[in-house]
Amino acid sequence: MLYINCPHCGMRSQNEFSYGGDASVKRPELNKEVSDEEWDNFVYNRKSLRGKHLELWQHISGCRQWIKVERDTATHAIFRTFKADEEVA
Amino acid sequence: MQKYSIFNLVKNAFSNHENWDLAWKDPTPKEEYDVVIIGGGGHGLATAYYLAKEHNITNVAIIEKGWIGGGNVGRNTTIIRSNYMHDENGLFSEFGMDLWRKMSQDLNYNVMFSPRGIINLAHSDAQMNAYARRGNSMRLNGIDAVLLNREQVKEIIPMADFSENVRFPIFGGLMQPSAGTARHDAVAWGYARQADSMGVDIIQNCEVIGFDVSAGKIKGIRTSRGNIKAKKVGICVAGSTNILAEKLNMTLPIETHLLQACVSEPVKPVLDNVVTFGAGHFYVSQSDKGEMVMGGDLDGYNSYAQRGNLPTLQHVLTEGIAMMPFLSKLKMLRTWGGIMDMSMDGSPIIDKTHIDGLYLNCGWCYGGFKATPASGWTFAHTIAQDRVHELNAGYSLNRFSTGHLIDEKGLGTKTWIS
Repeated sequence: MLYINCPHCGMRSQNEFSYGGDASVKRPELNKEVSDEEWDNFVYNRKSLRGKHLELWQHISGCRQWIKVERDTATHAIFRTFKADEEVA
Repeated sequence: MQKYSIFNLVKNAFSNHENWDLAWKDPTPKEEYDVVIIGGGGHGLATAYYLAKEHNITNVAIIEKGWIGGGNVGRNTTIIRSNYMHDENGLFSEFGMDLWRKMSQDLNYNVMFSPRGIINLAHSDAQMNAYARRGNSMRLNGIDAVLLNREQVKEIIPMADFSENVRFPIFGGLMQPSAGTARHDAVAWGYARQADSMGVDIIQNCEVIGFDVSAGKIKGIRTSRGNIKAKKVGICVAGSTNILAEKLNMTLPIETHLLQACVSEPVKPVLDNVVTFGAGHFYVSQSDKGEMVMGGDLDGYNSYAQRGNLPTLQHVLTEGIAMMPFLSKLKMLRTWGGIMDMSMDGSPIIDKTHIDGLYLNCGWCYGGFKATPASGWTFAHTIAQDRVHELNAGYSLNRFSTGHLIDEKGLGTKTWIS
């Protein structure tokens, strides 16, 4: 069982969350010509790192907020969690 | 190579079976190969075998970080089927079914292929309609498919829950009678033994650290056991695809995820077929030892851990018990996890890359085991001829940018879409 420290609600079990994938992916800017390659990278292509991975989770059975979680994909250890709009250094 | 036969069995009995040849050698890597296959799993071993057998290319090495057959070919639920609707998947998998039927003879190794049939259960009228459509598409591609009504399903699997007031009543099912199971380790060992006998070097405990690429062409690989030059390199590493792609500065439409499976304690024969639950993701078959072999959903987050968490297992087995209540009486014997190369449309990739002489085989999602022979055969063709075969033409790497996705179920890494 993973325990995720929701920045809004505190420590909760993984059962309350749903996964949203790589948080480092940026949507191409609006009102500007977007190339197929940029669109591809946003929609499909992922690094899927082994080790530290910054990812989105939604506290779907809690506050329903999207949050960022820094987790190790090899050990499942969770290092830090952030609010969705927090910049991660 | 010593042939495995009743005569050799008797002959070796006189020397207490102490003088059998080794099934494969443990060679030191040569300086250069015509083809290097990275990954000694089922697909890699099959690729090397078909390179030697079909294309006469025997100066081949298989580079494996751990031991052969230690990854997903050693940790799957052994289901073999070709019950796909889309032409690309159906024709590819049905070609594989032919190879499965001949495999034990072809490899001189009993892979215990057991065509016991697979039944996908339907739990609504809409699902029956969808299965009728899929069954028709399968039959148009020469694949056997039978649409079963509730009574017919009940005759085959009376132990499923046919009571009146269940949340997901069984309306019927789609059956592929020629589908089945096989002994997974035997597949890896059979391919390894034959490939080795034709001159392929199987190099284990050898990790790929990097690639030598110059002027857009592959020159060789760097490994923990030294540099190896190669005219062509095939990557066939399933859940580790993204790790190697990073070394090549490639970003792929692949995420690595965790998939669990489990077996119960062995019981007397109760289930003749492979059965899947249609209102979720759960499948079950009974092994020759009597264990119920069960699996289902991904854990749902990126992972390289090869071990899973209990919430997913609980979720999957809840579906199992809804389908066949007697499963709740069984004790769990083992659970295990493997890492899956989940492609974004749920279909695989067997293609050339932007680097000359570098080939990619990945994206097998839940269904890598059944694809082993067809994947090896078409990957060998793609490498040997430097062009894709018509069977794997649809499994292109650029289909995500051109929009030619093969969305059989349209799931990919996003299991919650279903």
